Amino acid sequence: MKKKYILSFNQDSVNKPVTYDLIKNFDIKINIIKANISADEAGHLLVEMEADQENMEKCFQYLDENRVEYVPAENRIIFDQEKCVDCGSCTAVCFAEALTLDPETRELQFHPEKCVFCKLCTKACPLGLFEIRFNE
Amino acid sequence: MPQKTIDEINAKIKSGKSVVLTAEEVSKMGREKSAQEIASQVDVVTTATFGPMCSSGIFMNFGHADPPIRMQEVTLNNVEAYAGLAAVDVYLGATQTDPDNPKYGGAHVIQELIEGKSVHLKAKSTGTDCYPGTSVDTQITKDSINELYMYNPRNAYQNYPVATNTTNRHIYTYMGSLLPNLNNATYSTSGELSPLLNDPEMETIGIGTKIFLGGTTGFVSWQGTQFHTTKPKNEFGIPLENAATLALIGNLKDMSSEFIQAAYFEQYGVSIFIGLGIPIPILNEDIAKAVMIRNEQIETTICDYGTTGHPAIGRTNYKELQTGSIKIDGKKVRTAPMSSIPKARKIAASLKEWIEEGEFTLSEPVQAFPKGTSLKSLNSQGDK
Repeated sequence: MKKKYILSFNQDSVNKPVTYDLIKNFDIKINIIKANISADEAGHLLVEMEADQENMEKCFQYLDENRVEYVPAENRIIFDQEKCVDCGSCTAVCFAEALTLDPETRELQFHPEKCVFCKLCTKACPLGLFEIRFNE
Repeated sequence: MPQKTIDEINAKIKSGKSVVLTAEEVSKMGREKSAQEIASQVDVVTTATFGPMCSSGIFMNFGHADPPIRMQEVTLNNVEAYAGLAAVDVYLGATQTDPDNPKYGGAHVIQELIEGKSVHLKAKSTGTDCYPGTSVDTQITKDSINELYMYNPRNAYQNYPVATNTTNRHIYTYMGSLLPNLNNATYSTSGELSPLLNDPEMETIGIGTKIFLGGTTGFVSWQGTQFHTTKPKNEFGIPLENAATLALIGNLKDMSSEFIQAAYFEQYGVSIFIGLGIPIPILNEDIAKAVMIRNEQIETTICDYGTTGHPAIGRTNYKELQTGSIKIDGKKVRTAPMSSIPKARKIAASLKEWIEEGEFTLSEPVQAFPKGTSLKSLNSQGDK
């Protein structure tokens, strides 16, 4: 299985080599997409993790033990698609191609699994329909 | 050469026998049939667009209070309306903003009125002998006031340049978010569906033309502001930049927010998406030829919005734009629209249905638009 998560570290866990442990101990294929440490030393990572079911479970157990919070990245993306008028403005800035126009219908297609949390769409949408939370 | 009159077409509409196609359908038909065949087989072609257009607003008459007031300062949900008219007449512009919330403006008030929501009206006056009232603080809805009509000084731009940005700075414009170093480009019209690209010489569209506006019937009231008919044209008669425009009028009380949508463009301001559709009567072969226009034939100019004066840096067409990328200086640049094709298609289809069902007949323009117009610019310093 392969999925994006946001990992949130507190002041204690931020100094641990968590990524190293995940790779070394549980054979997680990990792709760090975005990382941030704020002034209060709370840290956030957007990662794509790939492993078999067993290792993923161990990985989550390890994260729990080390007080690293994890949430599926899609849970932090809110798009009020019902109000979308398919103007396409957001597709101008979405280089991850999470937002594209169907070549035939010209309707907006949203693929949240491709989102890399650049948040450019939040300002590009003239209806303000996107809310994306990484370290908020 | 087949010739028809608007009266003949209207007779067919009323008997439910008119042949109506959308502009996309006729463009497709034009690949297999000649202009002559189309002129003899098709009566009306419906065109449409749904894009942001700042030059929009509404006239309102609130009715008189007791004691009556000659309103001088008026706000609606804290958005200022222009009250320099008769006592209880105002004009609310779409781009006027709430000073406490720059993302909320006249466009949002317009949308809320359409949706039947209650809007907070505040008005002040110094009071006069005939209008002694000095303040009003109340709620209104579209049903509680007298006239409420949309008047858009400029809509339906005939073509518009593609906006891009060659500088190293991310800029926010009315053409959307333009990334640095030619990393994207945005375009605005609905291409082969767009009204004034299907009748580029405005043979059938003029003052008084009956149209679809915001989900109801509206009218062309005048040429739009910045009406420019002498821009360079390509071999298909398409002006290569922003050219003609239309001033439109319609009853806001009958409109639907499915076709009118408030918008906020980051660091630019409030604007409004307006859905409009215009029927084109196929009176002769020349008009048939014009409505057969296809996206690859509709060219437009690429302009650099990062540089003062927005200089032209290339040319493209709507077929290329709609693929999602164009080449500028050999570089592949992502393209994105600003106006909604699905909405435009829905409007063209609705108007087609109205006509097919005999509910909507066509009108002969009362007067044609002026020819040979160009624009003046403003000397910002004046003569000293």
